[in-house]
Amino acid sequence: MPSLGADMDAGKVAQWLVKPGDRVKRGDIVAVVETEKSTIEVEIFEAGVIEELLVPEGDLVPVGTVLAHIGAPEGTPGPTVDSPSGPVPALRASGPGVPAPASTAVPRHEGGGVVVSPVVRHLAERLGVDVHAIEGSGPGGAITRTDVERAAARPSVARPGPADADRRAAVQPRRPSPPPARSGGPSLTGVRSSPLARRIASELGVDIGDVEGSGPRGAVVEDDVRHAVAPDRSATAPTGREAELQTPKRPVPSAKAPSASGVDERQLAMRKAIGALMARSKREIPHYYLSTTIDMSRAVTWLERANAERPVTARLVAPALLLKATARAVAAVPEMNGFMVDDDFEPSTDVHVGVAVSLRTGGVIAPAIHHADRLSVDELMAALRDLVNRTRQGVLRSSEMSDPTITVTNLGDLGVDAVFGVIYPPQVALVGFGRVAPRPWAADGMVGARPCVTATLSGDHRASDGHRGGRFLATIDQLLQQPEEL
Amino acid sequence: MTDDDARDIIRTVIGEVAPEADLATVGPDETLQEALDLDSIDFLNFVTGLHERTGLEIPERDYPELSTVEGCVRYLTASVH
Repeated sequence: MPSLGADMDAGKVAQWLVKPGDRVKRGDIVAVVETEKSTIEVEIFEAGVIEELLVPEGDLVPVGTVLAHIGAPEGTPGPTVDSPSGPVPALRASGPGVPAPASTAVPRHEGGGVVVSPVVRHLAERLGVDVHAIEGSGPGGAITRTDVERAAARPSVARPGPADADRRAAVQPRRPSPPPARSGGPSLTGVRSSPLARRIASELGVDIGDVEGSGPRGAVVEDDVRHAVAPDRSATAPTGREAELQTPKRPVPSAKAPSASGVDERQLAMRKAIGALMARSKREIPHYYLSTTIDMSRAVTWLERANAERPVTARLVAPALLLKATARAVAAVPEMNGFMVDDDFEPSTDVHVGVAVSLRTGGVIAPAIHHADRLSVDELMAALRDLVNRTRQGVLRSSEMSDPTITVTNLGDLGVDAVFGVIYPPQVALVGFGRVAPRPWAADGMVGARPCVTATLSGDHRASDGHRGGRFLATIDQLLQQPEEL
Repeated sequence: MTDDDARDIIRTVIGEVAPEADLATVGPDETLQEALDLDSIDFLNFVTGLHERTGLEIPERDYPELSTVEGCVRYLTASVH
């Protein structure tokens, strides 16, 4: 289970899109995972042949859990597993071809037989917990975040004498064990439905308004949509391979009854996840804040000219230029781009710009546009449009969630002048843009009205200081003065 | 195109662009973008949807006419014959 953002502790395997024997290559989407925030398509990072799926559909498992075994591409047999239903053999966890995005968590077999993901190990180190001294409650005895937090709350394992309040905070799981996410989702003129259900309805040409929901408060869940299409086929969840072939995206087994108020609880869970991450950011990251007002007249004029010649489908919006300028400014001030790893800043050579996308039902997700600095403005615009649309539909890919190196938030459409954001850990900078609007602007001894935007930077003092931050914003400004060069 | 045709198209496109939004709550002269919380990408998707259904090019300079439901109805009925 990859870590799809620093605020994720667990995810539910909603669907497997592959089965044992399937050949996969890097970048293939192998599974759909639901988190509090979104439905995410999990990409695989190795080529090979799927040997075994270890986590059944519908199961909620902690980050770091091994989801599947992959064998070598050319028929080299992998190690066998005697008891497929038993615990995950720890040694297999680091075996060949486990889908492991570079920065994420596949449990690693350590000397003393301890299965612990890098994320959890960092947490343990931070809290002063010896992972060898605690028992893991995860699959295969994997130590979960909650295990570490519980241990940290016990004076015998953790640093002595935490205050009661601290202890409570440490013991408390980051998130109450959430209801199955499948029932979550916004309402559309009274129809409650999960993002997955909406997508499948759209794929199958079903009007979701006509589907009777069996979820909480009548929410339409995936099974309902499938029943609406093929009642007999979906009546029992297919289990055999033939059935899978018939319906490659087979229904999530409905063994777990969603809780009575799943919809609200999912939103609540998302709010809690955001709150926990932002609290961590404010607790750990020494933020500094800068702002500068940028003359956008050249950029706006360039956009108007460009759009006048374009069909609707190829038009650009100002945020595409702002994103491109930000992505390119990183080259001048690399301290803004990368991750804090154990109090050390690790700059990233790639520029994956996270774009904060607000959901109308509440909450925000900031998935990445990969290599934004290398995309043309047109490519970036297409990527932005695609990303925003998929975020709102709740269909994102694992790599988009796990690897933004810097984030941009644009609240200009809401009419605010400026936004001073909270850095998304483990990133070190967040750039905010307010609205592009006419403002009085002094130039050549004259005051005139020009379209302007206020750009802000929230920077991590452990990675940079205000001087470099100022340079970064100035670079964004300079780049926006030559929009044709972006 | 009749007013009703135009309204149908607008309702359909909004349903695609912002499935969570309820057009029924928007007053005839309320700004769509504000009332339905549409950002610039959403609005571009909205214009694209109108274009796909009507074939109209809808240049950017006409965007202000599309800011309200009534404005959209007037624009579509006047432009599509």
